[in-house]
Amino acid sequence: MAGQGRADPRPLSPHLQIWKWHWTMAGSIFHRVSGVGLYGGAFLIGAWLIALATSPEAYAFVEMIAFSLPGQILLFLWSMAVLYHLANGLRHLIWDGPMIGFNPGLASLWSMFNFAFAIIGAAVIWSLASFY
Amino acid sequence: MVQLTLPKGSAPKKGKTWPKPEGKNVKKFKVYRYSPEEGGNPRWDTYFVDTDQCGPMILDVLIYIKNHIDSTLAFRRSCREGVCGSCAMNIGGHNTIACTRGWDEIAGPHITIAPLPHQPVVKDLIPDLTNFYAQHAYVQPFLKTDTPEPEKEWTQSEEDREHLDGLYECILCASCSTSCPSYWWNGDKYLGPAALLQAYRWLIDSRDEATGERLDDLEDPFKLYRCHTIMNCAQVCPKGLNPAKAIAKIKHMMVERVA
Repeated sequence: MAGQGRADPRPLSPHLQIWKWHWTMAGSIFHRVSGVGLYGGAFLIGAWLIALATSPEAYAFVEMIAFSLPGQILLFLWSMAVLYHLANGLRHLIWDGPMIGFNPGLASLWSMFNFAFAIIGAAVIWSLASFY
Repeated sequence: MVQLTLPKGSAPKKGKTWPKPEGKNVKKFKVYRYSPEEGGNPRWDTYFVDTDQCGPMILDVLIYIKNHIDSTLAFRRSCREGVCGSCAMNIGGHNTIACTRGWDEIAGPHITIAPLPHQPVVKDLIPDLTNFYAQHAYVQPFLKTDTPEPEKEWTQSEEDREHLDGLYECILCASCSTSCPSYWWNGDKYLGPAALLQAYRWLIDSRDEATGERLDDLEDPFKLYRCHTIMNCAQVCPKGLNPAKAIAKIKHMMVERVA
């Protein structure tokens, strides 16, 4: 509808430009963002496994990337995406199955919880891993 | 299609700032303006309203502006008490009806007032809702029956009637549909929360006999299933209804009839 060069000479009213975000709206787009992240992450797991099967040198190379600072940041974000997608995926199941959690106030709280679960969960897992 | 930015001619530019009156409780309003006669890009005009001089609602502010500051401002309104749905617009970043939203309910140094999002603008705060009404017509919002008409009227038990609570109250103000990002990107194919709430209102009416056909009419990848439970519809509905839940119930009906 909003394609460039559309025939309608009238302006399109502002949407994202003026919208004040709800937690549920942020929760929804981050479900998709984290999903795309996991899709990309699956290739990284593939690369890791292939390197493992190929040779010690190849594995050392992948390990070097994984332990570099950008690699660590990427892995941290990825673990957050896993946790967020898990929590929000369960919520989608509860929405679609027993149809619980549609009250706007509760839905907002639930979205906040999912974000907190992802951030705190990833922090806990990483601090445990670094102790280990 | 998803286009996050506005098309070239649609981006609002800085507009006129109207004089600030004396007074203790002067509030600042940024209002979206577009005139089809003047053409060009829309603009944000800034108005200052002495809230001691006008009523408590945003609609009172708009009427005050039109009467005392700038008579060229165009907006729809009728009942001024939340039953007609005419004055739906985006106020402070959320869709609602101007007649039931008080200016003291919105925090911040100024209040933005814009037309319902992602719609073609006819003038100022007036969007073209042709598509929205066509979608409402598509769900055939009336009783459909095959059995011969009863002598007096179609009766319904009190229990069955209760199923319509939370659905019949919809005033078709379009706040929900135009709040939905999914509707923004696919408004030509996705029916949107308002039409789907009405679809459900007839699907669960115990007197209606066209349930199967109604479900057939919604069975495609877009009309119903573009709802991703973003929940903006339920967040903004000025009548406190829940289109998202109604849509979930339609999805259940879709599954149940196959099972």
